Amino acid sequence: MNRSDPPVVEPAEAHEDGTSLLPELIEYLRQHRTELRKEWVRRITDADLLRVMTPEEIFSEVTAVYDNYVDTLKTGSVETLQDYARDLSERIIPRGVETHEVLGIVLLLRDVLARSLFVKYQHDSDLLNRILDAYEPAANRIAVTVGVSFVEERERVIREQQEAIRELSTPVLQVRDRLLILPIIGVLDSQRARQLMEQLLAAIQTNRAKVVVIDITGVATIDVGVANHLVQTVEASRLMGASAIITGLSSKIAQTLVDLGVDLGMMRTVGDLQGGLEEAERLIGVKAKERHSVAGPEA
Amino acid sequence: MPVAIVRQGDYLIASVQSDLSDNEVLRLRDDLAERVGQLRLRGIIIDVGALDVIDSFVARSLRSIAVTARLRGADTVVVGIQPDVAIAMVQFRLNLEPLQAALDLDEALVVLDRSAHGEGEDGA
Repeated sequence: MNRSDPPVVEPAEAHEDGTSLLPELIEYLRQHRTELRKEWVRRITDADLLRVMTPEEIFSEVTAVYDNYVDTLKTGSVETLQDYARDLSERIIPRGVETHEVLGIVLLLRDVLARSLFVKYQHDSDLLNRILDAYEPAANRIAVTVGVSFVEERERVIREQQEAIRELSTPVLQVRDRLLILPIIGVLDSQRARQLMEQLLAAIQTNRAKVVVIDITGVATIDVGVANHLVQTVEASRLMGASAIITGLSSKIAQTLVDLGVDLGMMRTVGDLQGGLEEAERLIGVKAKERHSVAGPEA
Repeated sequence: MPVAIVRQGDYLIASVQSDLSDNEVLRLRDDLAERVGQLRLRGIIIDVGALDVIDSFVARSLRSIAVTARLRGADTVVVGIQPDVAIAMVQFRLNLEPLQAALDLDEALVVLDRSAHGEGEDGA
């Protein structure tokens, strides 16, 4: 125990060396820029990463990443690298570059550089250790920064697209006085089903709709949850004084609903949209006639 | 009592002004049932546009108003259910059968006129 006192000084020395070692490391990376870059590109190609990009593109991106990497080691600030990584992600995400490729590439650079440090300092294991002490935390931080930037950018794109799809896909259209159509296309999940219901009810109120035609020709499959949402939408419409007609049930969906035992007895269904509109006009026509016939005596 | 009841021809219009306590709901039901027979009415319109919530008790009371009124010779229509209220009701599986619902007073009058015509002159 008492022997452990003197060596305590050593790490302090090493630390001092470590701070002075970083510039040396950076200088080394600058000087060997060309060959290390080449080695990195070779490893990327060998690993079969970034197949959607041409070799020239890979090389120019690799150069930029390499320079940013060295800069980050020098300044210790990841902000520039972060900006670059985000910008890079924005360019490569639409081309289908995957998360595992980006992480793989960053880790490859880390390996390439570490390997070259091994080669350079292999005769002096003590110095090598201290060089690695200086290199590893910085390198790990860089790898994390690039990976996280990529994933964040990807999530942002996905969120935007989800938003866009949601807005695009739920129009409520007025066909004629007091008649609305709600064409549903694509996948219905519970969030979207609820949004549809809200939009439809608001539209019933503002347009004073009497009949609503819900067309599900564009819905491929249906499950219990979605079927129940449809039933709820029909019932809520009725509470607002509007009749709902469901059209475009494919034979597959019809069979599914029967198999699931969903009670659609309360729902008015018609084979296709044309039939649905005819039925709707008939309903409105009947009602309009009644309205005319009673308007006089009541007033 | 936060319900204004006015008579319009053969119909009675009950406009609910604010959320009702359970007692007030029961009083409304008895009140309406009483008047239907007295005034020989053919229809009741209940406007619930001011309600933020229709819970199971109110829904059941509305239904029982409708059934009672039907036995006394009048149809009942509920009007003015707000979209949010409608969504909440279907999610809690509350329904108003055999009550009819209409968007507003105009629509309710149309509905009542139609059932009066359809069912003949016995009420008149």
